Amino acid sequence: MKEIISGHVWKFGDDINTDVIFPGKYTYTISDPAEMAQHAMEDAEPRFAKEVQTGDLIVAGKNFGCGSSREQAATCLKAAGIGAVVAKSFARIYFRNAINLGLPIIQCPEVVQHVEAGDELTIKFGKGIIIHKGVQYSFPPLPESVMAILDSGGLIPHVRKKLGRS
Amino acid sequence: MGKTFAEKILASKAGLSEVQAGQIVTVEPDIIMSHDNSAAISKTFAKIEVEKVWNPDKIVIVLDHVVPAANETHAKNHQTIREFVAKQSIKHFHDIGIGVCHEVLPEKGHVVPGTLILGSDSHTTTYGAFGAFAAGIGRSETAAIWATGKLWLKVPHTFKIVISGTFPARVGAKDLILHIIGTLGADGADYRAVEYTGPTVSAMSIDDRIVMSNMALEMGAKAGIVEVDEKTAAWLAPRGVKDYQIIRADKDARYERVLEFTVDQLEPQLACPHRVDNVVPVDKKAGITLNQILLGTCTNGRLSDLRTAADILKGRTIARGVRMLVLPASMEVYLEALNSGVLATLIRAGAVVCNPGCGPCLGAHQGALAPGEVCLSTSNRNFKGRMGCRDAEIYLASPATAAASALTGRITDPREID
Ligand code: SF4
Repeated sequence: MKEIISGHVWKFGDDINTDVIFPGKYTYTISDPAEMAQHAMEDAEPRFAKEVQTGDLIVAGKNFGCGSSREQAATCLKAAGIGAVVAKSFARIYFRNAINLGLPIIQCPEVVQHVEAGDELTIKFGKGIIIHKGVQYSFPPLPESVMAILDSGGLIPHVRKKLGRS
Repeated sequence: MGKTFAEKILASKAGLSEVQAGQIVTVEPDIIMSHDNSAAISKTFAKIEVEKVWNPDKIVIVLDHVVPAANETHAKNHQTIREFVAKQSIKHFHDIGIGVCHEVLPEKGHVVPGTLILGSDSHTTTYGAFGAFAAGIGRSETAAIWATGKLWLKVPHTFKIVISGTFPARVGAKDLILHIIGTLGADGADYRAVEYTGPTVSAMSIDDRIVMSNMALEMGAKAGIVEVDEKTAAWLAPRGVKDYQIIRADKDARYERVLEFTVDQLEPQLACPHRVDNVVPVDKKAGITLNQILLGTCTNGRLSDLRTAADILKGRTIARGVRMLVLPASMEVYLEALNSGVLATLIRAGAVVCNPGCGPCLGAHQGALAPGEVCLSTSNRNFKGRMGCRDAEIYLASPATAAASALTGRITDPREID
């Protein structure tokens, strides 16, 4: 995983649920991540899928990813090129899914209130620091066993590694 | 210091003498459930390059989300799953028509008190109603479990929710859980286990306890547990579930929060678009015109739910201009509702009865909404776009409110219908 992640922000509010991140009607009809990316955030911000740039960041309020267990809600953001999601808090299954798919995810309520759409953020993952307009905010590091999954690029590559498959 | 249910069961599953909330443990589930998403999971499983699943007898697969297949894509999904099931000798496979996973698992005896059940579906919390620790996980995690039998879990902190009082007429478990979610918020119990307890929970039927555990997820909970009692045992015994270890929280367990609710004065509740925690008493929104009513789903598609609606609709017809869809949660429920005349009552009243399954709940087929339409549903989620259209509105309520509203074609307090 990249140690330093830097990018421009798409800002969202509280309780952004999995249905608006990736609509349920596509869950069994779209399996290609690139195609998923074309519907990312469709019901929250229709401009998103068209305008998102590789390396952009998402900053959101509390309970990001609440709702369904659908993993596509993390896959579609990763495929859209999102470098990391920073939020005040995450719904449990979304948090797990993001890590298991290798999408960096950071809980840092302090920074969220100061960030506006289009701002630039620099995240130093290993150090647990986010820099916004010259101000540093810290976030708690992930437990080691969880970090190992992100480092492998997600749970599946991690399991393969452990089973000696790669 | 005593231990919560979650701490006790996760310690035992992790093979440790004790664990504490916040700790990360590696566990082997007793059952791993998946549904139509098993096709996608099988593709991820293939990427791990393990030939055989770790234990075919612990895998349960139910086809329920888009059944029968709505088009070629869904048909291919089902085909992939059937082939996988055959190749891996998975015997606990429930093909289309058996019912919604969260009703089928307990009915078929897969839910055993004191066990750990993980499911690739957020409402896996449902099985907590039988004293199992049951939590939803993602697809990659399910594939990893199929391959290795193991997964990491964080031991959650626990909220104890104590409920007392007697429900007024036409008010019940669905109104209570909507009220609780409205009070705590959609993330009010994020990453927490919830233990429901108190005299009202003891007095509840199994169907109603299931509603409480099913919707625990909508306040962010990882699990929603009801303690096993003689009702649980009586429900499970005919399903062949007899020998099990009952795990109970210690009396002096450490809870992060203890919340108390009384139901004596509770009114029928309504979750308004587009949030499950946007809850008001039904009469605050009474009169809003409806286009569709959905009675069913893993939340409220059980026999008692259908019967509650039939009691209100008996000898009457639903209003012109409103469509009422009924989806029994399982074939067992369907047959009982058929044999007891409940379905005939609903059909005579003007309802359309569909086959058991998730149907319109997730907006993939059967009764999707059009722009500008308003639906009142007994399901558990009213997010924008949930029933297939982002410009439609969904209200969530109890079966009694659904039936009363079907009669008038408008949101209606069920206590106003005699
Ligand atoms: S009925 Fe609805 S909430 Fe329940 S499992 Fe099916 S899609 Fe999910």
